[in-house]
Amino acid sequence: MTKVTMTVNGASVSGEAAGNTLLVEFLREELRLTGTHVGCDTSQCGACSVHVDGKLVKSCTMFAAEADGTDVITIEGEAAEDGTLSTVQQAFQDHHGLQCGFCTPGMVMAATALLKENPKPSEAEVRHYLEGNICRCTGYHNIVKSIMAASGQNVEPMAAE
Amino acid sequence: MYAFDLERPATVADAVTALGADEAQALGGGQTLIPTLKQRLASPSVLVSLSGIAEMTGICTRDDGSLAIGGGTTHAAVAVGADVFPGLAGLAAGIGDPAVRNRGTVGGSLANNDPSACYPAGALASGATIVTNAREIPADDYFQGLFTTALEEGEVVTEVRFPVPEASAYMKFEQPASRFALVGVFVAKHADGVRVAVTGASENGVFRWSEAEAALNDSFTADALNGLSLPAEGMINDLHGSDAYRAHITAVMTKRAVTAAC
Ligand SMILES: Cc1cc2nc3c(=O)[nH]c(=O)nc-3n(C[C@H](O)[C@H](O)[C@H](O)COP(=O)(O)OP(=O)(O)OC[C@H]3O[C@@H](n4cnc5c(N)ncnc54)[C@H](O)[C@@H]3O)c2cc1C
Ligand code: FES
Ligand code: FES
Repeated sequence: MTKVTMTVNGASVSGEAAGNTLLVEFLREELRLTGTHVGCDTSQCGACSVHVDGKLVKSCTMFAAEADGTDVITIEGEAAEDGTLSTVQQAFQDHHGLQCGFCTPGMVMAATALLKENPKPSEAEVRHYLEGNICRCTGYHNIVKSIMAASGQNVEPMAAE
Repeated sequence: MYAFDLERPATVADAVTALGADEAQALGGGQTLIPTLKQRLASPSVLVSLSGIAEMTGICTRDDGSLAIGGGTTHAAVAVGADVFPGLAGLAAGIGDPAVRNRGTVGGSLANNDPSACYPAGALASGATIVTNAREIPADDYFQGLFTTALEEGEVVTEVRFPVPEASAYMKFEQPASRFALVGVFVAKHADGVRVAVTGASENGVFRWSEAEAALNDSFTADALNGLSLPAEGMINDLHGSDAYRAHITAVMTKRAVTAAC
């Protein structure tokens, strides 16, 4: 076991991690931040997506020890302290961007990363960016619509909910 | 996963020393190795993480005009940083998905030499040099079949030098579930000739299609490839596509790559 220290959602945290402890295990089991989900555990689905030093990563495919000294943001860090949802989260609520909600933490983290890189993406760019995030429920349409809305673009012309 | 220790050296020299331990293995971005470890297909005693080695990341242009990319540089960094070599930047931008590109590295991709990976085609068509802690290996000698390279045990890819072609493009026919290349073709027109490298197709891994190179040396146009085809024999035949299909798609992708490069 080695001691790992990182900033998670703005707070400095430390814990013990074995060499093979994944970042997602550290977040969920050590820090009890269970908003980050494990869908596939094989790097395919993106449910475990978090930001490490501002970059979108699959936390099931990175070791906790590799995140030592980094700045990690999880879905729990997206809303304001008083519970006010982030723009992306609010747009998912307003536009029915989720059904069961299992993929949603990863979708929100991916969407937030996208809008930081590309504040006004086209629909095609949104779909392309979400290649690593799988949703079994929605058919993606309202997820894409939510992200377009969060970017401040008019989503009226997109098909009905 | 089996248990192992994880070390995070800060220099190539320390990494090479750590890799000298029994059953030690390098960890690049982990985008291939971590899934492999989860399947218990590898059982290292020590993983030596290369991601904290500053001297192995970054992109610069060398005096001879070639592009030097650190072995630990991520696909995402190449996608935005290799603007002097748009064919290579495009290849990097098309690997996997954004999260994979933020972790996966050039060195890891070339060390792994997956028969469906993109970088082997880019390195072979560019005539790149793979630089390790011990030596420099020309791409033509480096790739030795499925998942096999000239690398020795414990050797680290520290840098890859890509001569920048006059024109180039990579065309990937994606296997939609994995996003790897069902077939990928990199075409590069250099001052001293055209090189065409094909990934995803052959049972022997990445290869150069010399007939296409000869035709393109006469005329660098998609039409120059009319009538050229590859034999189905020796092509990968699996549930994603038959050998004859892959041979056909290779010719189609080569034409598209030439058109995109022109
Ligand atoms: C969902 C998904 C989609 C993907 N799609 C594509 C795709 O479309 N095209 C594509 O080409 N790839 C794809 N990949 C693979 C990805 O590009 C990997 O990043 C890459 O193959 C391995 O690089 P890595 O840095 O992650 O290496 P790792 O997984 O860390 O290591 C792979 C192997 O290389 C060795 N190694 C790592 N770095 C070095 C080094 N510097 N020197 C010597 N040995 C080293 C390791 O010991 C290991 O054996 C995909 C992966 C995933 C998970
Ligand atoms: S749980 Fe990490 S990608 Fe699916
Ligand atoms: S809302 Fe159920 S998996 Fe996406």
